[in-house]
Amino acid sequence: MYCHPCEHALSRRHFLLGSASLGAGLLGLAHFARPEAAAQLAAQQKRVLLIWLHGGVSQLETWDPKPGTDTGGPFQTIATSVPGIHLCELLPHTAKQMHRLALIRGINTAEDDHGKGAVIMHTGRRPEPGLSYPHLGSVCAKLLGEESNPLPGYIHITPRVSDGFQVGDLSFLGPRFAPVELRDGQAPANSERPANLRVEADILRQQIRQKASERFLQRRRSAQTEAYTASYDQAAGLMKKRSLFDCSSEPMTVRERYGQHDFGRHCLIARRLLEGGATFVKVTHTNYDTHHENFDFHLEQLGEFDRPFATLLEDLHQRGLLESTLVIVMSEFGRTPRINRNYGRDHWSQAWSIALGGCGIQGGAVYGKTNANGTAVTDGMVNAGHLFHTFLKALGLDSKKNWYIDNRPIPMADPKAAPIKEVLA
Amino acid sequence: MSAPPLVVRVENTREIAAVKAVAPLLGARCDPSGSYVLAGAQDNSLVRWKLGDKTADTLQGHKSWVRALAFAGQTLYSGDWTGRLLAWNYLDAKPTVQANLEAHRGWLRALAVSPDGKILASCGNDRKVRLWSLPNLKPLHTLEGHNCHVYNLAFHPEGQSLVSADLRGVLREWDLSRFAIKRSLDASVLYKYDQVFAADIGGVRSLAFSPEGKLLACAGISNVSNAFAGVGNPLVVLFDWASGKIQTLLRPKEAFQGTAWGVAFGPGGRLLGVAGGDGGMLYAWKPDEAAANFTLKFDSNARDLSLHPDGRRFVVPFESGLLRLYDMAPKGT
Repeated sequence: MYCHPCEHALSRRHFLLGSASLGAGLLGLAHFARPEAAAQLAAQQKRVLLIWLHGGVSQLETWDPKPGTDTGGPFQTIATSVPGIHLCELLPHTAKQMHRLALIRGINTAEDDHGKGAVIMHTGRRPEPGLSYPHLGSVCAKLLGEESNPLPGYIHITPRVSDGFQVGDLSFLGPRFAPVELRDGQAPANSERPANLRVEADILRQQIRQKASERFLQRRRSAQTEAYTASYDQAAGLMKKRSLFDCSSEPMTVRERYGQHDFGRHCLIARRLLEGGATFVKVTHTNYDTHHENFDFHLEQLGEFDRPFATLLEDLHQRGLLESTLVIVMSEFGRTPRINRNYGRDHWSQAWSIALGGCGIQGGAVYGKTNANGTAVTDGMVNAGHLFHTFLKALGLDSKKNWYIDNRPIPMADPKAAPIKEVLA
Repeated sequence: MSAPPLVVRVENTREIAAVKAVAPLLGARCDPSGSYVLAGAQDNSLVRWKLGDKTADTLQGHKSWVRALAFAGQTLYSGDWTGRLLAWNYLDAKPTVQANLEAHRGWLRALAVSPDGKILASCGNDRKVRLWSLPNLKPLHTLEGHNCHVYNLAFHPEGQSLVSADLRGVLREWDLSRFAIKRSLDASVLYKYDQVFAADIGGVRSLAFSPEGKLLACAGISNVSNAFAGVGNPLVVLFDWASGKIQTLLRPKEAFQGTAWGVAFGPGGRLLGVAGGDGGMLYAWKPDEAAANFTLKFDSNARDLSLHPDGRRFVVPFESGLLRLYDMAPKGT
């Protein structure tokens, strides 16, 4: 069922369209003696930041406000850094970053179930019996990640108290590219060398384990055993990079810019991870499933989201990383335009929005349109397939390529869809 | 020979008039003359209902929802989610905006007028309580002492104190001679931080003093097990004002899922409360009995409660857009 690791290595090169990325992949950053050259190359390494607004953020309280209509709710719109584009007033800091963002306002994913919606948005496909498509994070870990990278290819920073509807990736890409969950942004458990274990003894025990593992692999090699072995190497690498998870070394002014709450800290960790070479970092912010008191809850949740997100965008830009980092803000669906009897909004997948930014994205672009009160898409309707194509294309990957399972071609993205060129740079 | 005294009892409650707004209603108040009811609607308008001939019209001027309403003299004051405070000559044939000012940053949640009619108090999401002199709306003072959104306020009937209440159920009694906190009361039973949804839920949604000022009632939601589905029960926290201690926690007699959106002191010293959630309800309690001893089911979520100055009638605005007038006097009187 699983393809051979060599095929992965080859396909990775084929998928990469940018020669600079290819060069980086072949040579490794360590070959560049000059720091500026390494920094330049690091900037060319593509990476992804996914902000997952768990539960289904309201498009009317974010990217596609409709004030003054029967569905608009109490909030107003505000101008953004792009003339003519307005956001909900709950996003004042994000509005100042609008020139770095693109909006897709005509999404119809036709799925109002949390779990299925999350799978659709992570894979670009409707769930199919007998085949699990890989998540965007796993795809990026495989196609963009360096084998020498000590950090996991797909890192998921989850909230302190909720798993964020974990949608496990059990696809044919194998467990090596599955998400590594960092609960509350904490470094993986037991990733610190025990104080009573000397460095020399640690090295020695690793060597013994490696020998035993190699002997075992000579007879029983599989994707699982590969992943098992790789996980030790990854753990060892992680131990060296453990400081990335510790925000306490950041100046207080920086921490305050991100906000002294969990999501602010998680965004700061995400920045540190992306700076430190992580390929795909997903940060989940919970919760937006506001069937009751939608407006009070969006006021609170977006009040937490807005500033750290805008700060993260700005910091990535200041560090020269935004051009090579695809930024995605999405949920499993949007929320009903109709306001229910408890001041809530329910699940709604027929006409909603997401925001993109950074790598390969045309800042200030808006694609798709909904009607006056947001109940239907009137122009530029797209589904998750189009979005998945767009994500890959923005990263310089050819979304029309195939995976191969026992020589059976599996399209990387839904062949019935295509990238949304209007938001691509 | 004089007529026997009118027995006004909540058990007599019956609808005697209604008007339908085009949008769901948010809050309502009877005016001091008893001639009008003003209600805020989800289309940003105010509905003006003339009780004499049962006609209604709308006042346009707000750009967002209005739940904060108060009267002083011949002026209506209304506050909206943008923080703007508007003054209206609401008795005129065609009312117009007499003043329009930014009173708070963000949602202006409640308004109250002092018993002598000289001070208007406002509160909102900027955590502030503001005092305005009437009728000129000149800023008098800003009271700061809440750590979260301030949801409601009420003047003590004797006029020396103002009480404000916030999302977390913290009540502050303000000494109006010194503009300082006199004491705090704890209604945190109306608040919860939902760990699963990582959000605050609750708050004091309605606040009322008993006519003589000996009791203070705070309405909201309690026992929340799922914030985002609104799974919780209406609760009225009744304080003994002198001691500041909770006297009684007033609950529905039978299980009901929702929030108590309005509370008032009705006839016979009983408390009236309305709730919305899984439908709408009217409750009546004796101050010293936890369980409601009267319940009336509505066909829509009730969102506020305002007692008419005659003491026998009250109005309830509904999510359905209906604004209903009820009478508690015996039929035919």
